[in-house]
Amino acid sequence: MKKYLLVIGAAAAMTTGLASAGTMADVQSRGTLRCGVVSGKAGFSAPDAKGVWHGLDVAYCRALAAAVLKDPNAVTFVPTTGQTRFSALASGEIDVLARTTTWTFSRDVDLKFTFVGVNFYDGQAFMVPKSLGIGSAKQLDGATVCITSGTTTELTLSEYFKRHHLSYEPVPIDTNAEIQQKYQAGACDVYTSDGSDLASIRSGFKNPDDHIILPEVISKEPLGPVVRQGDDQWADVARWTLNALIDAEELGVTKENVDQQARTSTNPEVNRLLGKEGNFGQQLGLDSEWAKRAIAVEGNYGEIYANNIGEKTPIKLARGLNALWENGGLMYSMPFR
Amino acid sequence: MATRHAMQHEPFRLGMLIHDTRYRNTTIQVLAFLLFAACAAWLIDNMLQNLAVLGKDFSFDFLWRRAGYDISQQPISYTSTSTHARAALVGLVNTLIVAAAACATATLLGVFAGVLRLSRNWIVARLMTVYVESFRNIPALLWIIVIAAVMSESMPTPAAFRGAHPSASMVLWNSVAVTNRGVYFPMPELSRSLGHLDFGLGTLSLDFLAIVGVLALSWVARSLLRRRADRALAATGRRPATGWKNALILVAPVTALLYLLGFHLQYPSISGLNFSGGLQLRSSFIALWLGLSVYTGAFIAEIVRAGILAISRGQTEAAHALGLSPARTMRLVILPQAMRIIVPPLISQFLNITKNTSLGLAVGYMDLRSTLGGITINQTGRELEGMMLMMLIYVCISLVISSAMNLYNHRTRLKER
Repeated sequence: MKKYLLVIGAAAAMTTGLASAGTMADVQSRGTLRCGVVSGKAGFSAPDAKGVWHGLDVAYCRALAAAVLKDPNAVTFVPTTGQTRFSALASGEIDVLARTTTWTFSRDVDLKFTFVGVNFYDGQAFMVPKSLGIGSAKQLDGATVCITSGTTTELTLSEYFKRHHLSYEPVPIDTNAEIQQKYQAGACDVYTSDGSDLASIRSGFKNPDDHIILPEVISKEPLGPVVRQGDDQWADVARWTLNALIDAEELGVTKENVDQQARTSTNPEVNRLLGKEGNFGQQLGLDSEWAKRAIAVEGNYGEIYANNIGEKTPIKLARGLNALWENGGLMYSMPFR
Repeated sequence: MATRHAMQHEPFRLGMLIHDTRYRNTTIQVLAFLLFAACAAWLIDNMLQNLAVLGKDFSFDFLWRRAGYDISQQPISYTSTSTHARAALVGLVNTLIVAAAACATATLLGVFAGVLRLSRNWIVARLMTVYVESFRNIPALLWIIVIAAVMSESMPTPAAFRGAHPSASMVLWNSVAVTNRGVYFPMPELSRSLGHLDFGLGTLSLDFLAIVGVLALSWVARSLLRRRADRALAATGRRPATGWKNALILVAPVTALLYLLGFHLQYPSISGLNFSGGLQLRSSFIALWLGLSVYTGAFIAEIVRAGILAISRGQTEAAHALGLSPARTMRLVILPQAMRIIVPPLISQFLNITKNTSLGLAVGYMDLRSTLGGITINQTGRELEGMMLMMLIYVCISLVISSAMNLYNHRTRLKER
């Protein structure tokens, strides 16, 4: 009887210990950052032939790891599907989700997550083979549409087709690889997803020019990294790392000149950003060179964009809405003051 | 006297709860029950505490909110403005449809393969061995994906059917179109239909009721005719010919009814991007159906073979000694006895098929797991509630099927007097 009471007592003690410990402390004691990404989306997060991950989201995770752990390679990339990403984040399996996730009301409020910013402004579009001879989304009545299951895409698609009184046949599929195979085999007429996703997938086709992306953009899809709600310190670190990358582009700090700027710059905002003045790093719980390390990984936001999805890459996405606010886009960092 | 003394009852002491065998059993059972209840209470409390820490509440309200997504396969009416509960119901009906279809084909395939494996023709027996061994040792999911891939890669797209010189054409006198999205059949239609009865969950067609009613009356007439023939046999020793009369009674009234209702076939035709009209069997349904059928058919073949081999050879030899041919021996002597051995594992395989339909998500078939356990819990974030509801529904279906098996067992048990 006494042994049984001991077991019950120990179990009760374990349950009380379930209050949320700080994610930052967890990451630092573990020594690696666990980053949830999409498996195999060229330009955003995809492993190359040697197994090294590259992409816009991957660069953000490496910058965060450099800021918090001083090592941009101390990242474990956890591939997630559209269906598993939120459970993985909610359960603590990953520390941050950088997976082209749209910032919506229900995800922010109902699912209890915190979006730390927007790293890509996107919109939903349609891709069709040129041979179908379709020039506009309004000609898609009766089409078979491949959708990634568990995303905002299927809801927006349903509303768009309903509003324009068009009918369609939905084919929900789990992974990007399967959709590509089905679309190329002709098992569906149209593939709908975020415009960036379409460009990324089209770049992997044998004949990218045989497919066109229709001009209609039917939704707003602000994509950004996500962390769990309730851990404000970690959310701050994640948010200001993203802001640091964008601010670096605004201030002209690049991967090449970040060391030189840290030593010799006379711009007070550059000095606050790179840690020469003020104690912003300490306020976050990090050291003063956190942003300098983050920028030194792959450069500022503009360089990361150009290297992964810019005009010179096979994906060929123009800056468009993702240019700096001074250049007519929406990328705007909160001031480092 | 001595006996009277021994019969006096001892007064009850608390130590007798453990030491006296009369009370010990009850004590142990009560303690075990309390232990179990304490464990269950701790588990539930742990779950509620964790939910509170995460800030999530446990509620089924999400079922009554707008679903927002479309489902391709809709046996009952559903739009994106329907509730999540309705979507789950659509998924459940889809599950039951594919489970019933797969059970039927798997049984046919299994009985065929099992009986043939016992054939004295060496080639046929070995071919069936190859089928059984290869198909049951590869996971069901792989079969489903292989069939779906074969359909989507090798069948022509609807675009190939269009134009002045189409590269693909419909089969069976231009009535059936085989594409990589599905197979389109001509659909029977009634031009002078009687209408529908509407009630909450769906609509019931009055034509369907009329046809079923007429068939039932024909069946009754046929049994009456058969009984009259049996009476004539008992009285005069000669049975009047009933074959063509039975056929006429079953076929003629229904044909007349269908003619009156204006029966005709609506053929599928290509218009725009896809075929329209006709009955569409989507490639996801076909892949799931065929995949489960061939996989479970291999298991059923082994069950059938085991049942037949379990009947002692003495039965076969006695039947032959009485002059029965091998075919009649099998049908009248062996198979009725083998049924007692075959049916319980067979019903277990039906249970397996029903649960394996949850693999439909891999090919995009919207069964219960794809709607309630897939898109719904992803869009609403209610994994715990959705999963528990889904498990409850699967348990209910399985209990119904296994109670059918228990009923069969009860009716065929050896009755001892």
